Amino acid sequence: MSAVLLTSEEIYKLLENVKDPEINTVSILDLGMVENVEISGSDVSVKILPTFLGCPALPIIQKNVETAVKQLPSVEGVSVEFLRSPSWTSDRITEKGKAGLKVFGISPPPRQIKEDGSWHIDCPYCESTYVTMENIFGPTACRSILYCKSCKNPFEAMKPMIKFM
Amino acid sequence: MANNSSVENTAIKELLFQLADDDFIHSYRGSEWLGLAPHIEEDIATSSITQDTMGHAAIFYQLLEELGEGNANQLAHDRPANERRNAIILELVNGPGSYMEQPDYDWAFAVVRNYFYTEAKAIKIQSLQSSSYEPLAEVAAKVQMELYYHLMHWKTWFVQLLGSGHEEAVSRMKAAIEKTLQDFQGVFSLGEHRNKIVQQGLIESEAVLLTKWNQAVAPVLKSVGLEGPIEVGMAQGDGRNGKHTEDLEKALETLCEVYASNKAASW
Repeated sequence: MSAVLLTSEEIYKLLENVKDPEINTVSILDLGMVENVEISGSDVSVKILPTFLGCPALPIIQKNVETAVKQLPSVEGVSVEFLRSPSWTSDRITEKGKAGLKVFGISPPPRQIKEDGSWHIDCPYCESTYVTMENIFGPTACRSILYCKSCKNPFEAMKPMIKFM
Repeated sequence: MANNSSVENTAIKELLFQLADDDFIHSYRGSEWLGLAPHIEEDIATSSITQDTMGHAAIFYQLLEELGEGNANQLAHDRPANERRNAIILELVNGPGSYMEQPDYDWAFAVVRNYFYTEAKAIKIQSLQSSSYEPLAEVAAKVQMELYYHLMHWKTWFVQLLGSGHEEAVSRMKAAIEKTLQDFQGVFSLGEHRNKIVQQGLIESEAVLLTKWNQAVAPVLKSVGLEGPIEVGMAQGDGRNGKHTEDLEKALETLCEVYASNKAASW
Protein backbone atom coordinates (compact mmCIF):
# COMPACT_ATOMS: atom_id res chain seq x y z
CA MET A 1 0.00 0.00 0.00
CA SER A 2 1.33 3.37 -1.01
CA ALA A 3 1.67 5.80 1.84
CA VAL A 4 1.69 8.80 -0.47
CA LEU A 5 -1.70 10.31 -1.18
CA LEU A 6 -2.20 11.50 -4.72
CA THR A 7 -3.57 14.98 -5.19
CA SER A 8 -5.29 16.39 -8.21
CA GLU A 9 -2.82 19.31 -8.14
CA GLU A 10 -0.03 16.88 -8.92
CA ILE A 11 -1.98 15.47 -11.85
CA TYR A 12 -2.84 18.90 -13.23
CA LYS A 13 0.83 19.79 -13.05
CA LEU A 14 1.71 16.76 -15.17
CA LEU A 15 -1.03 17.58 -17.65
CA GLU A 16 0.66 20.92 -18.31
CA ASN A 17 3.25 18.87 -20.18
CA VAL A 18 0.70 17.26 -22.45
CA LYS A 19 0.66 19.48 -25.52
CA ASP A 20 -1.72 19.51 -28.44
CA PRO A 21 0.06 17.09 -30.83
CA GLU A 22 -0.44 19.58 -33.66
CA ILE A 23 0.36 22.77 -31.68
CA ASN A 24 3.27 22.00 -29.39
CA THR A 25 3.25 25.38 -27.61
CA VAL A 26 -0.13 24.85 -25.93
CA SER A 27 -1.11 22.26 -23.33
CA ILE A 28 -4.45 20.49 -23.35
CA LEU A 29 -5.10 22.24 -20.03
CA ASP A 30 -4.69 25.67 -21.61
CA LEU A 31 -6.89 24.63 -24.51
CA GLY A 32 -9.58 24.00 -21.92
CA MET A 33 -9.91 20.34 -22.86
CA VAL A 34 -9.57 18.90 -19.35
CA GLU A 35 -12.96 18.90 -17.68
CA ASN A 36 -12.16 16.90 -14.59
CA VAL A 37 -9.54 14.87 -12.75
CA GLU A 38 -10.69 12.29 -10.24
CA ILE A 39 -8.53 10.29 -7.89
CA SER A 40 -9.57 7.11 -6.20
CA GLY A 41 -6.74 5.63 -4.13
CA SER A 42 -3.95 5.08 -6.64
CA ASP A 43 -6.21 5.28 -9.70
CA VAL A 44 -6.55 8.44 -11.73
CA SER A 45 -9.39 9.25 -14.09
CA VAL A 46 -9.07 12.16 -16.51
CA LYS A 47 -12.16 13.46 -18.32
CA ILE A 48 -11.48 15.31 -21.55
CA LEU A 49 -13.68 17.29 -23.95
CA PRO A 50 -12.96 16.76 -27.66
CA THR A 51 -12.44 20.02 -29.55
CA PHE A 52 -13.92 18.59 -32.75
CA LEU A 53 -15.61 15.17 -32.94
CA GLY A 54 -13.56 14.06 -35.94
CA CYS A 55 -10.22 15.33 -34.64
CA PRO A 56 -7.61 12.64 -35.40
CA ALA A 57 -5.38 13.90 -32.57
CA LEU A 58 -7.74 12.58 -29.88
CA PRO A 59 -6.29 9.03 -29.62
CA ILE A 60 -2.78 10.57 -29.49
CA ILE A 61 -3.84 12.92 -26.70
CA GLN A 62 -5.33 9.99 -24.81
CA LYS A 63 -2.07 8.06 -25.04
CA ASN A 64 0.01 11.09 -24.05
CA VAL A 65 -2.17 11.74 -20.99
CA GLU A 66 -1.77 8.13 -19.89
CA THR A 67 2.00 8.29 -20.34
CA ALA A 68 2.27 11.59 -18.47
CA VAL A 69 0.17 10.56 -15.49
CA LYS A 70 1.95 7.20 -15.14
CA GLN A 71 5.18 9.10 -14.49
CA LEU A 72 4.06 9.41 -10.88
CA PRO A 73 5.29 6.25 -9.14
CA SER A 74 2.27 6.19 -6.83
CA VAL A 75 -0.17 6.01 -9.74
CA GLU A 76 -1.35 2.50 -10.56
CA GLY A 77 -4.13 2.96 -13.06
CA VAL A 78 -5.03 5.75 -15.47
CA SER A 79 -8.26 6.03 -17.39
CA VAL A 80 -8.93 8.71 -19.98
CA GLU A 81 -12.48 9.35 -21.05
CA PHE A 82 -13.82 11.71 -23.71
CA LEU A 83 -17.02 13.35 -22.55
CA ARG A 84 -19.98 14.15 -24.77
CA SER A 85 -21.13 16.94 -22.53
CA PRO A 86 -20.48 19.79 -21.93
CA SER A 87 -19.38 20.73 -25.45
CA TRP A 88 -15.90 22.18 -25.77
CA THR A 89 -16.06 25.84 -26.80
CA SER A 90 -13.22 28.08 -27.93
CA ASP A 91 -13.78 30.47 -25.01
CA ARG A 92 -12.38 27.75 -22.72
CA ILE A 93 -8.86 28.57 -23.95
CA THR A 94 -6.91 30.30 -21.15
CA GLU A 95 -4.86 33.50 -21.47
CA LYS A 96 -1.72 31.36 -21.31
CA GLY A 97 -3.18 29.18 -24.04
CA LYS A 98 -3.83 32.21 -26.24
CA ALA A 99 -0.23 33.37 -25.78
CA GLY A 100 1.00 29.87 -26.69
CA LEU A 101 -1.09 29.87 -29.85
CA LYS A 102 0.43 33.17 -30.96
CA VAL A 103 3.94 31.79 -30.46
CA PHE A 104 2.97 29.05 -32.92
CA GLY A 105 1.69 31.63 -35.42
CA ILE A 106 -1.98 30.99 -34.68
CA SER A 107 -4.29 33.80 -33.64
CA PRO A 108 -6.51 32.96 -30.70
CA PRO A 109 -10.25 32.84 -31.38
CA PRO A 110 -11.96 36.24 -31.26
CA ARG A 111 -13.47 37.29 -27.96
CA GLN A 112 -16.57 38.67 -29.56
CA ILE A 113 -18.67 37.60 -32.47
CA LYS A 114 -21.10 40.05 -33.96
CA GLU A 115 -24.77 39.26 -34.28
CA ASP A 116 -24.48 38.54 -38.00
CA GLY A 117 -21.88 35.88 -37.20
CA SER A 118 -18.90 37.92 -38.37
CA TRP A 119 -15.73 38.07 -36.32
CA HIS A 120 -12.43 39.87 -36.38
CA ILE A 121 -8.92 38.61 -35.83
CA ASP A 122 -5.55 40.38 -35.66
CA CYS A 123 -2.26 39.16 -37.11
CA PRO A 124 -0.37 37.03 -34.52
CA TYR A 125 2.96 38.40 -35.75
CA CYS A 126 2.52 42.17 -36.11
CA GLU A 127 -0.89 42.72 -34.42
CA SER A 128 -2.18 44.44 -37.56
CA THR A 129 -5.93 44.48 -38.08
CA TYR A 130 -5.38 44.66 -41.85
CA VAL A 131 -5.96 40.97 -42.57
CA THR A 132 -8.04 38.89 -44.98
CA MET A 133 -9.70 35.52 -44.53
CA GLU A 134 -8.34 33.11 -47.12
CA ASN A 135 -10.20 30.02 -45.99
CA ILE A 136 -12.45 29.43 -43.01
CA PHE A 137 -11.29 25.81 -43.19
CA GLY A 138 -7.66 25.04 -42.54
CA PRO A 139 -5.08 22.29 -42.09
CA THR A 140 -6.88 20.96 -39.02
CA ALA A 141 -10.56 21.01 -38.11
CA CYS A 142 -10.08 23.76 -35.52
CA ARG A 143 -8.10 26.24 -37.64
CA SER A 144 -8.76 28.81 -40.40
CA ILE A 145 -6.27 30.32 -42.87
CA LEU A 146 -5.76 34.10 -43.06
CA TYR A 147 -3.31 36.55 -44.60
CA CYS A 148 -1.84 39.71 -43.11
CA LYS A 149 -1.69 42.55 -45.60
CA SER A 150 0.62 44.56 -43.34
CA CYS A 151 3.49 42.14 -42.69
CA LYS A 152 2.64 39.94 -45.70
CA ASN A 153 2.53 36.75 -43.67
CA PRO A 154 0.01 33.98 -44.05
CA PHE A 155 -1.23 32.86 -40.65
CA GLU A 156 -3.85 30.70 -39.02
CA ALA A 157 -6.52 31.37 -36.43
CA MET A 158 -8.49 29.12 -34.11
CA LYS A 159 -12.02 28.89 -35.43
CA PRO A 160 -14.51 30.28 -32.94
CA MET A 161 -16.75 27.56 -31.53
CA ILE A 162 -19.46 28.97 -29.35
CA LYS A 163 -22.84 28.01 -28.05
CA PHE A 164 -25.15 30.12 -30.22
CA MET A 165 -23.86 28.55 -33.46
CA MET B 1 -41.11 -3.59 -18.41
CA ALA B 2 -38.30 -5.44 -20.20
CA ASN B 3 -40.45 -5.67 -23.28
CA ASN B 4 -41.16 -1.95 -23.17
CA SER B 5 -37.52 -1.01 -22.94
CA SER B 6 -36.58 -3.29 -25.82
CA VAL B 7 -39.21 -1.57 -27.97
CA GLU B 8 -37.71 1.77 -26.92
CA ASN B 9 -34.24 0.56 -27.79
CA THR B 10 -35.36 -0.61 -31.22
CA ALA B 11 -36.52 2.89 -32.11
CA ILE B 12 -33.36 4.52 -30.72
CA LYS B 13 -31.09 2.13 -32.61
CA GLU B 14 -33.05 2.56 -35.81
CA LEU B 15 -32.71 6.34 -35.68
CA LEU B 16 -29.00 6.09 -34.81
CA PHE B 17 -28.36 3.80 -37.79
CA GLN B 18 -30.09 6.32 -40.05
CA LEU B 19 -28.01 9.21 -38.73
CA ALA B 20 -24.76 7.24 -38.78
CA ASP B 21 -25.22 5.71 -42.23
CA ASP B 22 -26.28 9.05 -43.74
CA ASP B 23 -23.16 10.84 -42.51
CA PHE B 24 -20.91 7.88 -43.31
CA ILE B 25 -21.78 7.63 -47.01
CA HIS B 26 -22.11 11.40 -47.36
CA SER B 27 -18.60 11.78 -45.97
CA TYR B 28 -17.31 9.08 -48.31
CA ARG B 29 -18.73 10.88 -51.35
CA GLY B 30 -17.15 14.07 -50.05
CA SER B 31 -13.77 12.36 -49.70
CA GLU B 32 -13.91 11.41 -53.38
CA TRP B 33 -13.42 15.10 -54.21
CA LEU B 34 -9.98 15.12 -52.63
CA GLY B 35 -7.60 16.59 -55.19
CA LEU B 36 -10.46 17.20 -57.62
CA ALA B 37 -12.30 20.18 -56.11
CA PRO B 38 -12.37 23.31 -58.29
CA HIS B 39 -9.46 25.02 -56.54
CA ILE B 40 -6.94 24.40 -53.76
CA GLU B 41 -8.83 26.31 -51.04
CA GLU B 42 -11.95 24.34 -51.87
CA ASP B 43 -9.97 21.14 -51.66
CA ILE B 44 -9.04 22.03 -48.07
CA ALA B 45 -12.57 23.10 -47.19
CA THR B 46 -14.22 19.99 -48.65
CA SER B 47 -11.71 17.73 -46.93
CA SER B 48 -12.16 19.47 -43.58
CA ILE B 49 -15.94 19.28 -43.77
CA THR B 50 -15.69 15.65 -44.83
CA GLN B 51 -13.46 14.87 -41.87
CA ASP B 52 -15.90 16.56 -39.46
CA THR B 53 -18.75 14.59 -41.01
CA MET B 54 -16.92 11.28 -40.62
CA GLY B 55 -16.44 12.26 -36.98
CA HIS B 56 -20.20 12.66 -36.68
CA ALA B 57 -20.82 9.25 -38.25
CA ALA B 58 -18.27 7.76 -35.86
CA ILE B 59 -19.95 9.17 -32.77
CA PHE B 60 -23.36 7.88 -33.90
CA TYR B 61 -21.82 4.41 -34.43
CA GLN B 62 -20.24 4.81 -31.01
CA LEU B 63 -23.68 5.36 -29.48
CA LEU B 64 -24.83 2.16 -31.19
CA GLU B 65 -21.82 0.33 -29.77
CA GLU B 66 -22.82 1.50 -26.31
CA LEU B 67 -26.28 0.02 -26.91
CA GLY B 68 -24.70 -3.36 -27.65
CA GLU B 69 -24.92 -3.32 -31.44
CA GLY B 70 -21.25 -4.28 -31.86
CA ASN B 71 -18.00 -2.50 -32.48
CA ALA B 72 -18.30 0.94 -34.14
CA ASN B 73 -15.63 0.17 -36.72
CA GLN B 74 -17.39 -3.03 -37.67
CA LEU B 75 -20.74 -1.24 -37.91
CA ALA B 76 -19.18 1.23 -40.35
CA HIS B 77 -17.27 -1.27 -42.48
CA ASP B 78 -18.81 -4.67 -42.18
CA ARG B 79 -22.49 -4.36 -43.03
CA PRO B 80 -23.87 -5.23 -46.47
CA ALA B 81 -25.78 -2.66 -48.52
CA ASN B 82 -29.19 -4.13 -47.70
CA GLU B 83 -28.60 -3.47 -43.99
CA ARG B 84 -27.63 0.17 -44.53
CA ARG B 85 -30.24 2.80 -43.66
CA ASN B 86 -28.83 5.83 -45.50
CA ALA B 87 -31.02 7.86 -47.85
CA ILE B 88 -30.49 6.89 -51.49
CA ILE B 89 -29.69 10.44 -52.63
CA LEU B 90 -26.55 10.41 -50.46
CA GLU B 91 -25.12 7.24 -51.99
CA LEU B 92 -25.38 8.30 -55.65
CA VAL B 93 -22.03 8.72 -57.42
CA ASN B 94 -20.55 12.18 -57.83
CA GLY B 95 -20.68 11.73 -61.58
CA PRO B 96 -19.50 9.47 -64.39
CA GLY B 97 -16.12 7.80 -64.20
CA SER B 98 -14.27 6.72 -61.09
CA TYR B 99 -11.82 8.26 -58.70
CA MET B 100 -8.90 6.24 -60.05
CA GLU B 101 -9.71 6.72 -63.74
CA GLN B 102 -11.14 9.81 -65.36
CA PRO B 103 -13.44 11.10 -62.67
CA ASP B 104 -15.90 13.33 -64.51
CA TYR B 105 -17.63 14.47 -61.35
CA ASP B 106 -20.32 17.13 -61.31
CA TRP B 107 -19.51 19.99 -58.94
CA ALA B 108 -23.02 21.42 -59.38
CA PHE B 109 -24.52 18.16 -58.10
CA ALA B 110 -22.03 18.18 -55.21
CA VAL B 111 -22.95 21.74 -54.22
CA VAL B 112 -26.71 21.14 -54.42
CA ARG B 113 -26.61 17.81 -52.60
CA ASN B 114 -24.25 19.17 -49.95
CA TYR B 115 -26.29 22.31 -49.36
CA PHE B 116 -29.66 20.55 -49.25
CA TYR B 117 -28.32 17.78 -47.02
CA THR B 118 -26.48 20.12 -44.64
CA GLU B 119 -29.62 22.24 -44.26
CA ALA B 120 -31.65 19.08 -43.55
CA LYS B 121 -29.04 17.84 -41.09
CA ALA B 122 -29.02 21.20 -39.29
CA ILE B 123 -32.79 20.93 -38.82
CA LYS B 124 -32.57 17.37 -37.54
CA ILE B 125 -29.69 18.24 -35.22
CA GLN B 126 -31.73 21.14 -33.87
CA SER B 127 -34.62 18.77 -33.19
CA LEU B 128 -32.32 16.13 -31.67
CA GLN B 129 -31.15 18.56 -29.01
CA SER B 130 -34.57 18.05 -27.43
CA SER B 131 -34.43 14.29 -27.94
CA SER B 132 -35.69 12.09 -25.13
CA TYR B 133 -32.50 10.05 -25.55
CA GLU B 134 -30.03 12.12 -23.56
CA PRO B 135 -26.76 10.84 -25.11
CA LEU B 136 -28.09 11.77 -28.55
CA ALA B 137 -29.18 15.22 -27.36
CA GLU B 138 -25.66 15.80 -26.00
CA VAL B 139 -23.98 14.78 -29.23
CA ALA B 140 -26.37 16.97 -31.21
CA ALA B 141 -25.32 20.07 -29.25
CA LYS B 142 -21.72 19.48 -30.26
CA VAL B 143 -22.47 18.63 -33.90
CA GLN B 144 -24.50 21.82 -34.26
CA MET B 145 -21.46 24.02 -33.62
CA GLU B 146 -19.42 22.27 -36.30
CA LEU B 147 -22.32 22.24 -38.73
CA TYR B 148 -22.58 26.03 -38.55
CA TYR B 149 -19.49 26.34 -40.74
CA HIS B 150 -20.52 23.58 -43.15
CA LEU B 151 -23.86 25.21 -43.77
CA MET B 152 -22.34 28.62 -44.32
CA HIS B 153 -19.89 27.11 -46.80
CA TRP B 154 -22.40 25.23 -48.96
CA LYS B 155 -24.96 27.99 -48.89
CA THR B 156 -22.30 30.38 -50.20
CA TRP B 157 -21.46 28.10 -53.14
CA PHE B 158 -25.13 27.46 -53.84
CA VAL B 159 -26.05 31.14 -53.98
CA GLN B 160 -22.93 32.19 -55.88
CA LEU B 161 -23.29 29.62 -58.64
CA LEU B 162 -27.02 30.18 -59.09
CA GLY B 163 -26.66 33.94 -58.83
CA SER B 164 -23.63 34.12 -61.11
CA GLY B 165 -25.62 34.85 -64.24
CA HIS B 166 -23.25 32.44 -65.96
CA GLU B 167 -25.27 30.32 -68.33
CA GLU B 168 -23.48 27.01 -67.80
CA ALA B 169 -23.37 27.42 -64.02
CA VAL B 170 -27.06 28.25 -63.77
CA SER B 171 -28.26 25.51 -66.09
CA ARG B 172 -26.11 22.86 -64.43
CA MET B 173 -27.25 23.96 -60.99
CA LYS B 174 -30.89 23.81 -62.06
CA ALA B 175 -30.41 20.31 -63.46
CA ALA B 176 -28.71 19.28 -60.21
CA ILE B 177 -31.57 20.69 -58.14
CA GLU B 178 -34.07 18.70 -60.16
CA LYS B 179 -32.03 15.50 -59.82
CA THR B 180 -31.49 15.97 -56.07
CA LEU B 181 -35.12 16.78 -55.24
CA GLN B 182 -36.35 13.61 -56.96
CA ASP B 183 -34.86 11.54 -54.17
CA PHE B 184 -34.48 14.03 -51.37
CA GLN B 185 -37.56 12.94 -49.44
CA GLY B 186 -35.52 9.91 -48.42
CA VAL B 187 -33.42 12.14 -46.16
CA PHE B 188 -36.51 12.91 -44.06
CA SER B 189 -37.83 9.36 -43.97
CA LEU B 190 -37.69 7.77 -40.53
CA GLY B 191 -38.27 4.32 -42.00
CA GLU B 192 -40.62 1.59 -40.86
CA HIS B 193 -40.26 2.50 -37.19
CA ARG B 194 -41.27 6.12 -37.76
CA ASN B 195 -44.24 6.05 -35.39
CA LYS B 196 -42.25 4.66 -32.47
CA ILE B 197 -39.39 7.06 -33.14
CA VAL B 198 -41.70 10.06 -32.97
CA GLN B 199 -43.89 8.76 -30.13
CA GLN B 200 -40.82 8.25 -27.96
CA GLY B 201 -39.85 11.86 -28.52
CA LEU B 202 -36.54 10.95 -30.16
CA ILE B 203 -36.98 13.46 -33.02
CA GLU B 204 -39.80 15.45 -34.61
CA SER B 205 -41.95 13.88 -37.32
CA GLU B 206 -40.99 13.65 -40.99
CA ALA B 207 -43.65 16.23 -41.87
CA VAL B 208 -42.39 18.75 -39.32
CA LEU B 209 -38.75 18.31 -40.37
CA LEU B 210 -39.63 18.64 -44.05
CA THR B 211 -41.68 21.78 -43.44
CA LYS B 212 -38.82 23.37 -41.53
CA TRP B 213 -36.41 22.43 -44.32
CA ASN B 214 -38.74 24.01 -46.87
CA GLN B 215 -38.88 27.19 -44.79
CA ALA B 216 -35.09 27.31 -44.65
CA VAL B 217 -34.46 26.59 -48.34
CA ALA B 218 -37.29 28.61 -49.94
CA PRO B 219 -35.86 32.08 -49.16
CA VAL B 220 -32.43 31.01 -50.40
CA LEU B 221 -33.93 29.81 -53.69
CA LYS B 222 -35.97 32.99 -53.90
CA SER B 223 -32.83 35.09 -53.47
CA VAL B 224 -31.54 33.63 -56.75
CA GLY B 225 -34.84 34.02 -58.56
CA LEU B 226 -36.19 30.50 -58.10
CA GLU B 227 -39.70 30.56 -56.73
CA GLY B 228 -42.54 28.13 -56.42
CA PRO B 229 -43.16 24.99 -54.40
CA ILE B 230 -40.25 22.69 -53.63
CA GLU B 231 -41.42 19.16 -54.36
CA VAL B 232 -39.37 16.30 -53.02
CA GLY B 233 -39.73 12.63 -53.95
CA MET B 234 -38.33 9.16 -53.38
CA ALA B 235 -38.05 8.10 -57.02
CA GLN B 236 -35.61 5.27 -56.33
CA GLY B 237 -37.16 4.08 -53.07
CA ASP B 238 -36.58 4.43 -49.34
CA GLY B 239 -33.02 3.70 -48.24
CA ARG B 240 -34.16 3.52 -44.60
CA ASN B 241 -35.71 0.14 -45.39
CA GLY B 242 -32.54 -1.29 -46.91
CA LYS B 243 -33.42 -0.43 -50.50
CA HIS B 244 -30.33 0.80 -52.35
CA THR B 245 -28.68 1.25 -55.73
CA GLU B 246 -25.63 -0.28 -57.32
CA ASP B 247 -23.80 2.95 -56.46
CA LEU B 248 -23.84 1.99 -52.78
CA GLU B 249 -22.65 -1.56 -53.49
CA LYS B 250 -19.67 -0.21 -55.39
CA ALA B 251 -18.89 2.44 -52.80
CA LEU B 252 -18.90 -0.18 -50.02
CA GLU B 253 -16.63 -2.42 -52.05
CA THR B 254 -14.11 0.39 -52.34
CA LEU B 255 -14.32 1.87 -48.87
CA CYS B 256 -14.26 -1.51 -47.12
CA GLU B 257 -11.42 -2.95 -49.19
CA VAL B 258 -8.67 -2.34 -46.65
CA TYR B 259 -10.85 -3.29 -43.67
CA ALA B 260 -11.94 -6.52 -45.37
CA SER B 261 -8.32 -7.48 -46.15
CA ASN B 262 -7.74 -8.10 -42.44
CA LYS B 263 -10.71 -7.62 -40.16
CA ALA B 264 -8.69 -8.35 -37.03
CA ALA B 265 -6.02 -5.74 -37.67
CA SER B 266 -5.85 -2.80 -35.30
CA TRP B 267 -5.10 0.64 -36.71
